[in-house]
Amino acid sequence: MSNHVLRPLFVVAVLVFLGLLARHFIVPKDFGIGRTGYMYGWHRKSNVEDWKAVKVKYRTAEYCKDCHSDKIDLIMTSPHAIINCENCHGPAVDHPDDPPKLPIDRSRELCLRCHFPLPYPTSGRGKIRGINPELHNPGQACSTCHNPHKPELSIQ
Amino acid sequence: MVHGEAWTLKELFVYPNEYIYWSVQIVMYPFMTGLVAGAFVLSSLYHVFGIKQLKDMARFSLVFSFALLLVAPVPLQLHLQQPLRGINVFMTPHFTSAIAAFGIVFSTYAAIVASELWFVYRRYFIETVLSLRGKADKGFFEKIRQGIFSLLTLGSYDVSEKALKADEKAVKILAGVGIPVACFLHGYAGFIFGSVKANALWMTPLMPVIFIMSAIVSGIALCMLTYIAVMEIRKFLVSSRRQALSRPQAREELKGAEIQVISITAKYLLLFLVFAISLELLDLVFRGYTAVKSWDVLRSVIYGRDFFDIFILQYGVGNLVPLMLFLVPGLTIKRAVVGTLLVLFGVFMMRWNVVIGGQSFSLTFAGYMHYHLPIVPHNLETFKEGLGGALTVAAMPFFLFWIMNKIFPVFGYNK
Amino acid sequence: MITRRDFLKYTLKGAAGLAVPVAALEIAAPGKLFAGKYDPSGVRWVFLVDTLKCVGCGLCVKACKLENEIPYDANVTRTWVERYVLTKDGRVSADTPKGARDGFLTEKVELGQGKYRDIKKEEIEKAFFVPKLCNQCQNPPCVQVCPVGATYQTPDGVVLIDRKWCIGCGYCIMACPYGVRFFHPVYHVAEKCNFCYHRITKGMNTACVDACPFGARKIGNMKDPNDPVAKIIASERVGVLKEEYGTKPQVYYIGLSKEVR
Ligand code: HEC
Ligand code: HEC
Ligand code: HEC
Ligand code: HEC
Repeated sequence: MSNHVLRPLFVVAVLVFLGLLARHFIVPKDFGIGRTGYMYGWHRKSNVEDWKAVKVKYRTAEYCKDCHSDKIDLIMTSPHAIINCENCHGPAVDHPDDPPKLPIDRSRELCLRCHFPLPYPTSGRGKIRGINPELHNPGQACSTCHNPHKPELSIQ
Repeated sequence: MVHGEAWTLKELFVYPNEYIYWSVQIVMYPFMTGLVAGAFVLSSLYHVFGIKQLKDMARFSLVFSFALLLVAPVPLQLHLQQPLRGINVFMTPHFTSAIAAFGIVFSTYAAIVASELWFVYRRYFIETVLSLRGKADKGFFEKIRQGIFSLLTLGSYDVSEKALKADEKAVKILAGVGIPVACFLHGYAGFIFGSVKANALWMTPLMPVIFIMSAIVSGIALCMLTYIAVMEIRKFLVSSRRQALSRPQAREELKGAEIQVISITAKYLLLFLVFAISLELLDLVFRGYTAVKSWDVLRSVIYGRDFFDIFILQYGVGNLVPLMLFLVPGLTIKRAVVGTLLVLFGVFMMRWNVVIGGQSFSLTFAGYMHYHLPIVPHNLETFKEGLGGALTVAAMPFFLFWIMNKIFPVFGYNK
Repeated sequence: MITRRDFLKYTLKGAAGLAVPVAALEIAAPGKLFAGKYDPSGVRWVFLVDTLKCVGCGLCVKACKLENEIPYDANVTRTWVERYVLTKDGRVSADTPKGARDGFLTEKVELGQGKYRDIKKEEIEKAFFVPKLCNQCQNPPCVQVCPVGATYQTPDGVVLIDRKWCIGCGYCIMACPYGVRFFHPVYHVAEKCNFCYHRITKGMNTACVDACPFGARKIGNMKDPNDPVAKIIASERVGVLKEEYGTKPQVYYIGLSKEVR
């Protein structure tokens, strides 16, 4: 065979080399096979830390305890004891620094998540006392009459 | 706006995150790779199996295959949410994924086609360089042209009898190796879909084979069509030029598309078309007969919602009508044009019905999604994944072919 | 007149009532077991959903979206709640309006494209809610098909997505039989539930577990024999979703019904 025949192969070899060179610079150093193997563990290792570093926004009721113990004491004696504060007030994040005040959601929809009457006998929902929002004091915020932290007092 | 929301209409019970994520570009992608594979197989029929009647077609389809090849990754690129990171497929390939194989298979295939082209056109490159070198005062473009062609010779100016023999042998080997690689390139496009176990319509081991068959069908059809178009245009140009100069031309140059070439090619087209249809019907019958859990929703899609797309457009207009057009004896150029156009349309509809059809029912099996192809784009996304994007991709190989024809003259150059 | 039985019942209830305040604040967090440096090798995170307890308030969905910064009004969500209503005529109606981010504020079942099915109380045979989230499969098909290694399973069994490496091809979305994946509307990469990996590795519960007032959601460590969730999964009758795909899902369900998709 004459010598020119292999020339395309040289071109390919050069291209492959350039590709590998690029790979050397582009691929992060910590990219590799993790403990779950090549099929399930082929990844950039530091990404796990990226995910761990995500900011926690919901701080749970335990966090409110120090400053709003009155509310906690109150709600603990009511059927709403099961509801975490942040479900109604939104994530605390860095409250009271940022935001200094948590927003107060006085919408009727908030309460209707649980109190809209759905007659489902085979689900826990059927057992929560519901009110028909069109008949039960329409237009008024629920908290004008019910204390959300102690709703059974009926009238504040 | 969530990706996919702009063109997805949901009906009945659909999971909240479900949208038509794979839209028209993913229809174009297997369509284009299919054309690549088909065009290459057609050219190999001559180079490897020595089917002499296809000689004219062979060189043409090789160049066209290369033009298509360069376009094949474009739809993939266009549909990526992070187009700039597409290179990651080459950087950190995860070979348990069918898409990762793309990097390797595609590059291998590109290398094979490019080398084959080089061997076919090597002598032409050398002759061009030598004639340009001999020329005294060269213009700017001629200098550039000489530069490009010297590069293309890869520094070898050996056109001895022995070297040319070696070229021929290399072409034969490359064409031979290329066939399985071309089939693999497209078969794995079928594998991308066939291996998605979450999708009831896609998951079948027949998918890669069906894809290869319809790929060859569409590739042959496109080559026939383009061949006819190019030959006729050339004939038209030559004859009008001759009229202008009022100078008699050799009969050779006036040659339009030759009906023998067309009817031979049509035979191969028919063969593969019959294979493709049989496999698709086998798949359909099998699904109906075994009627597993997903069959209820599949039936409602296949025989209900998508009936028109599948049975009228794909099987009827796209398969049955061209089948008859080609089978009736006395094939004419006009009929071949209509037939190949319909075949191309049929294969496109098959891709459409697989890609869009496979997403037209929900993973709940209790709801449906409709795809509304964005026609008038109102942002980049609806352009890319709409009619505009699809047409751009469809036009690109012709544009590339036009450019490449300047480097690899497909016609008029004879060894 | 008060019987002895009633007396006992009331006393017990009272005692339980007193216990509530303490218990509510000290929600058992399995991560606490390895306070300090987190070591994933002794952990396999699993999730337990008690569909009998779920009332469809959607507070878990709200908490998840805010905790994990999924744009609140985007129609995608890492977790959602489905409602199934079976009527006496044998029909199953199911919906999840906005993933139940605002709960279910109507008895009408959504049919899509602005249509609803009105179901009378008398027609209902059974009805229930089913929370959904990523199953963190033992054999995750989404990871298998990722072409670039941008999604992977951690040694403690959670499937994560690398937002810096994902090319956004959508293959993983296609591969998931549970429809939990989607494209993040801001980052434009694949996104899904990761059991609040930033919380569980700090010894906290996931945001949805903390948000659920009814204890319908629990997270646990399957490798810890004393873990309450692991004990329930081991000793009680639990089901998983779409077992037939061979993905080995790790979200277990109590009270699953054949209608659940
Ligand atoms: C470090 C003490 C501290 C903690 C912990 C804390 N808060 Fe507050 N909170 C405050 C202060 C101070 C204010 C501002 C009171 C004011 O300006 O009237 C406030 C205001 C509020 C308000 C708005 C009251 C209004 O009148 O508008 C709400 C609601 C609230 N907190 C809820 C919470 C919840 C829920 C938590 C637990 C997740 C919490 N807080 C934790 C100190 C705290
Ligand atoms: C069921 C929903 C709900 C829950 C649970 C809830 N709150 Fe409230 N909270 C409200 C509403 C509604 C208001 C506004 C009351 C009003 O309009 O006066 C409010 C008001 C407040 C205020 C400020 C107004 C005031 O009365 O001083 C504070 C502080 C507060 N909540 C703290 C808490 C804390 C701490 C918890 C957890 C123990 C909690 N809340 C749980 C709904 C809730
Ligand atoms: C997470 C679900 C949930 C939300 C949200 C909720 N509640 Fe309740 N509520 C309950 C449960 C559970 C009970 C106890 C069961 C019952 O009494 O039906 C209850 C009981 C009540 C009662 C009856 C108390 C009694 O014993 O007489 C009232 C009134 C009430 N809630 C008002 C409200 C108001 C007002 C809001 C909005 C600020 C609200 N609820 C939000 C779950 C909820
Ligand atoms: C105008 C004052 C007022 C407003 C506003 C109001 N309620 Fe009431 N609600 C009452 C009174 C008074 C009762 C007790 C008497 C009764 O059963 O009608 C009551 C009872 C209830 C009960 C217990 C029903 C039962 O069967 O025992 C619930 C639950 C309740 N309300 C929820 C709500 C919710 C949710 C809202 C807001 C959408 C709301 N209420 C708004 C005055 C109000």
